[in-house]
Amino acid sequence: MKIHEYQAKEILQKYGVLTPKGIACFTVDDAVSAAKQLGGKIWVVKAQIYAGGRGKGGGVKIARSLDEVRLRANEILNMRLITHQTGPEGQIVHRLFIEQGVQIVKEYYVGLVVDRSRQRVCLMASSAGGMDIEKVAAETPEKIHKVFIDPIAGLSQQQAEDILQKIDIPAPAWPQATALLQDLYRAFDDTDASLLEINPLTLTTDQRVIALDAKMNFDDNALFRHSEIAALRDLDEEDPVEVEASKHELSYIPLDGNIGCLVNGAGLAMATMDIIKLYGGNPANFLDVGGGATAEKVTEAFKLMLCNPKLQAILVNIFGGIMKCDVIAQGVVVAARDVQLTVPLVVRLEGTNVDLGKRILAESGLPIISADNMADAAQKAVIAANA
Amino acid sequence: MSILINRDSRVMTQGITGKTGQFHTRMCRDYAYGKECFVAGVNPRKPGEDFEGIPVFATVQEAKQQTGANVSVIYVPPPFAAAAIDEAVEAELDLVICITEGIPVRDMIRTRYRMQGKKTRLIGPNCPGIITPDEIKIGIMPGYIHKKGRIGVVSRSGTLTYEAVAQLMALGLGQSTCIGIGGDPVNGLKHLDVLQLFNDDDETDAVLMVGEIGGTDEEECARWVKDHMRKPVVGFIAGVTAPPGKRMGHAGAIISGGKGTAQEKLEVMESCGIQVTRNPADMGKLLKSVL
Repeated sequence: MKIHEYQAKEILQKYGVLTPKGIACFTVDDAVSAAKQLGGKIWVVKAQIYAGGRGKGGGVKIARSLDEVRLRANEILNMRLITHQTGPEGQIVHRLFIEQGVQIVKEYYVGLVVDRSRQRVCLMASSAGGMDIEKVAAETPEKIHKVFIDPIAGLSQQQAEDILQKIDIPAPAWPQATALLQDLYRAFDDTDASLLEINPLTLTTDQRVIALDAKMNFDDNALFRHSEIAALRDLDEEDPVEVEASKHELSYIPLDGNIGCLVNGAGLAMATMDIIKLYGGNPANFLDVGGGATAEKVTEAFKLMLCNPKLQAILVNIFGGIMKCDVIAQGVVVAARDVQLTVPLVVRLEGTNVDLGKRILAESGLPIISADNMADAAQKAVIAANA
Repeated sequence: MSILINRDSRVMTQGITGKTGQFHTRMCRDYAYGKECFVAGVNPRKPGEDFEGIPVFATVQEAKQQTGANVSVIYVPPPFAAAAIDEAVEAELDLVICITEGIPVRDMIRTRYRMQGKKTRLIGPNCPGIITPDEIKIGIMPGYIHKKGRIGVVSRSGTLTYEAVAQLMALGLGQSTCIGIGGDPVNGLKHLDVLQLFNDDDETDAVLMVGEIGGTDEEECARWVKDHMRKPVVGFIAGVTAPPGKRMGHAGAIISGGKGTAQEKLEVMESCGIQVTRNPADMGKLLKSVL
């Protein structure tokens, strides 16, 4: 799960992390009163969307007067902000964050992620702050320094100082910067975060480091013990189809193609997308109905796929193990009748009670195209979609 | 031999009194030598009870002492599953198979930390389990699709493993052992660990390795295969069409920061001498071609 920058900063402040003063707002008038309340002479008006690259996309602007705050807020609020992370359709800005301007001496990058090979949390830091860190990693990997954190002891002072030295943070700032890195790790660990990025971390004229931006993602599997974080979920930022799918405990991801896929199991679902592509088609979605698919779940899955105006065919690929093919076949028949299917439906069943399942499909009177194996199913779906 | 488990394994079910634990313990007990193999259950609140004749103990340690069980399978709900693994590791079992999906990563990092230097091996979490066909099945896979033979299968997924097994069966190829190592980012045995075991197993002639997007396990395994593997290995990676930054069902199936793509994995595997197919319908055929 993702949250907005201002929400991440509120969490980090509780752990003692220094950030500029700021106020989140939903209207232009509120943005102006927020700037007034914050005081000072320079403000930053920041679009609050989940995607990164907001600055380059025109979603972060400096204002040097209250009139300019109004002007900038007016420009950004409700704009369709397009960044390298939003895709070409962009994301409408519904929230603003007004912050006090900060005098910047130098910018750095600090991030925390789970390193899968080492099975530890990794603190990454770089002197190349304020830039796209993926680009830095690809082009100048030597500029990224890493340290792996002991889950019981936490980030040690020695580790923190080592990394501060490597990214050339001046020694006078070390005591405060060390504490900040340790606070970041505590925040990451306590909240079951999966990603925490400060880009940039800024050195100010008074030799302190301050989190100018903040990005936090959380482990969905741990939200059961963080109701305060779960409550921050902003449905405006999510694809409505994915939101609907999650209500029915379906794992659904829309793609660009025209062949809908309904599969049990994540690995087989990916492989089904791959084989469609291999035979010259394009998958319209990833959809894992999971281990316990019922007729209701299959019906909801069909409805989700049919929301897609590009849809030209549906491929159902089921390997029945514990979930029996006859149960799935009944679900498919009920669902196909229920949603009044408008596109060709190719079904491939394999596994437990497969013959019974195939008979149910054949006797349903529905125009279902039956397939014998994955390759056959993919080829038939591609032909059906192009017909 | 087969790897990790055989008809002499003695298994306890942690979470035997839950619906899932009961259902699958029954299915496993009814498979091949399951009746001799499944000897105990654990539930701290129900010691002294039994599940269809299988005695329930309060702790893993007690179940081990009373029945000689050396393997555990876990169906405990996600908030408590990591602690269940910890208990099995503390009791020094040989092998723990955690089926549970949805364990927080933070819990697994701590559990893996505590496992350092311990003898217990872990399969999973978020996995279908392990089967040595016609001897013993520990997990949720359909037993009847398998048959004893000389092909090793290792995969991060459930149904895609069944698909691979079905393709082998259609060509008359049985399996020595099939292992689903699970779809989580922080887990126990990796592809590499399983390949090492297959390499030393007299009853395995070749290995089918099925991977998916996310992480670098397959690459690390491929590099080891290049220098050490004495048997043919073939592979498939799911997710060539997966978009970056999206979690594809499994918690660990995500391309992040441009890393963990199927393309990259396939290229590394090929460069290390592993024959790969980009067609998931050809996994069995490819394996047969290298025998």
